[in-house]
Amino acid sequence: MKGRLLKGAVVALLALACTGMISAQTAKKIKVGFIYLGPVGDGGYTYAHDLGRKYLEQALPGQVETVYKESVSDGNADSEPVMRDLIDQGCTIIFATSFGYMDHVEKIAKEYPNVKFLHCSGYKSGPNFGNYFGRIEQPRYLSGIVAGMKTKTNKIGYVLAFEIPECIRGVDSFTLGVRSVNPKATVLLKWTHTWYDPAKEKDAAVALLDEGCDVIAQHQDTTGPQIAAQEKGAFAIGYNSDSKNAAPKAYLTAPIWNWGPYYTAQVKAVIAGTWKPEAYWGGMADGVVDLAPLTANAPKGAQAAVDKVKAQIIAGKFDVWAGPVKDQTGAVRIAKGATLDDKGQLSLDWLVEGIVGKIEK
Amino acid sequence: MDSLLVKFLAGSVQAGTPLLFATLGESLTERVGNLNLGVEGLMLMGAVIGFNTALVTGNPALALLAAMAAGAAGSLIFAFLTVSLRANQVVSGLTLTIFGTGFAGFLGQSLTGKVTPDSVKAFFTPIKLPVLGDIPYLGSIFFRQDIFIYLGYLTAVVLGFYLFSTRPGLNLRAVGESPAAADASGVSVVRAKYIHTLLGGALCALGGAYLSLVYVPAWQENITAGRGWIAVALVIFTGWNPYIAILGSFFFGGLDIVGFRLQKYDIKISQYLIDALPYVVTILVLIASSVRKSARNSTPGSLGEPYFREER
Repeated sequence: MKGRLLKGAVVALLALACTGMISAQTAKKIKVGFIYLGPVGDGGYTYAHDLGRKYLEQALPGQVETVYKESVSDGNADSEPVMRDLIDQGCTIIFATSFGYMDHVEKIAKEYPNVKFLHCSGYKSGPNFGNYFGRIEQPRYLSGIVAGMKTKTNKIGYVLAFEIPECIRGVDSFTLGVRSVNPKATVLLKWTHTWYDPAKEKDAAVALLDEGCDVIAQHQDTTGPQIAAQEKGAFAIGYNSDSKNAAPKAYLTAPIWNWGPYYTAQVKAVIAGTWKPEAYWGGMADGVVDLAPLTANAPKGAQAAVDKVKAQIIAGKFDVWAGPVKDQTGAVRIAKGATLDDKGQLSLDWLVEGIVGKIEK
Repeated sequence: MDSLLVKFLAGSVQAGTPLLFATLGESLTERVGNLNLGVEGLMLMGAVIGFNTALVTGNPALALLAAMAAGAAGSLIFAFLTVSLRANQVVSGLTLTIFGTGFAGFLGQSLTGKVTPDSVKAFFTPIKLPVLGDIPYLGSIFFRQDIFIYLGYLTAVVLGFYLFSTRPGLNLRAVGESPAAADASGVSVVRAKYIHTLLGGALCALGGAYLSLVYVPAWQENITAGRGWIAVALVIFTGWNPYIAILGSFFFGGLDIVGFRLQKYDIKISQYLIDALPYVVTILVLIASSVRKSARNSTPGSLGEPYFREER
């Protein structure tokens, strides 16, 4: 990374010295900055974004240059100097990939009206500031089908981070998928209150396994829960990216992110001058989210069941949030024939029938 | 089938083992009069070096030795600063934590997401001890664990014996209580401080190595997540006594994982409060131990003070 930057700087200097001006080729190149919450090697959330960055570099050779900053905390204002630094380096597009960067992106976006800001998983926007996310609930529903078919004890464990709509959407859609094939199964929750603590996430999974769960799913950024499942001879569903190497005997599949095509489309739009800030929420039909290939650990018939629903989702014929959907008390929250609109999904604060656990108020 | 309670207690032993090693290491260091606040950094150094060695060699014994060497090297910096140069111990210790964190983060860049090799994992799978493992309840909790945990028990007992029942142990405690008196009676203060600070650092590093080699077992940045600081408080809680450190560490290990077990039941306490338990108890313990005084288990007299022979 540093070597490449240095080389770039030397080339630029040489060009300057020879011709007295930057060559047309260099001037056209657009510089794109990425800010990540975790290290690029986390094998999870940040890793998935970084794959998108690499895809972008390959999709637009000679037209883009990318820079990334990893392990940037989103619990404080750390991201602000990082963004300024990226802009000083010449970045004109910045992708900030964690929820907590939102307010800081808003502030910096006002200071630099000529730089384009894209923020992942938030809801704020501005004239040069858009947000984007994906409907990971669709592949989560599909992974629920796999888990529902796999479980023998009819108890599925789910390790998740915080009591926010994003996590609640995830576990609700997962449970709907489970119960679509196995109405007797229940989903047990453990909240960790952290996105990234391998030991803690593993502990949570161990507690679930001790309570009799035989499939573990997760809304966490490390592979801790999957490793716990493998150690106890149980099975696991990952998250973020295909992580079959961490726990090959347990891993079934994972809902995954595929950011490359979206990043490429956005940068292309900026180059063409047609870019406008938007609130982008892509689904399986757009290719932003998907279900990782099922491994040999997956139950018989799961592939066919998943493929069927996946085709319907892509064709727009199946909606994860279509009623009737009951909550934990048995009350109908989404009526038959109705569906939960985007606004309802973004502020979701109740758990569906079949979940054993509660939302801390 | 063991009951949930037994499983929870066995889990507490596992969660408490990193704390046990770190507490033993820091107890030894403080007994000789050196307040080393670099435990968190030393644990991280041990975790990353141990993991890297396991990855390269696939040999668990080499991994443990390498981790200990890393911890000893880290505390050598501390010992040189505080014993030879007589720098402020608190500042030197904090610096060591910052250094260790950065060191581990830097070395770990290419390791993130990697998993402990199978040969090492196999070595650390739980083994049921003959006879002891068959004791009802206690057997399941203490004696069906992995070899690293048994090493923890052994280290604690050996260290306790060394401190309280041998001449070198007596000498090192004398150095910690009153270096001038020890010096006068012919004990080499500098040598005792160096040896035991390095040994203590090596033990702290083993605590970190347990996390990356056995507990998680994969490398993730900042894998200790503050456990080194809990160990510093545990030293006071356990009165610088290795035997009490065994129970104290497992008690705190239990506090660390109790939250997930309680989520199952409908308890009217906020989980955020339960998550904060280790820290709340730490504060309570510090208050309690500053009230209680006992001759055998109290702050070493010269703790935190540099020793100048000329000032005698």
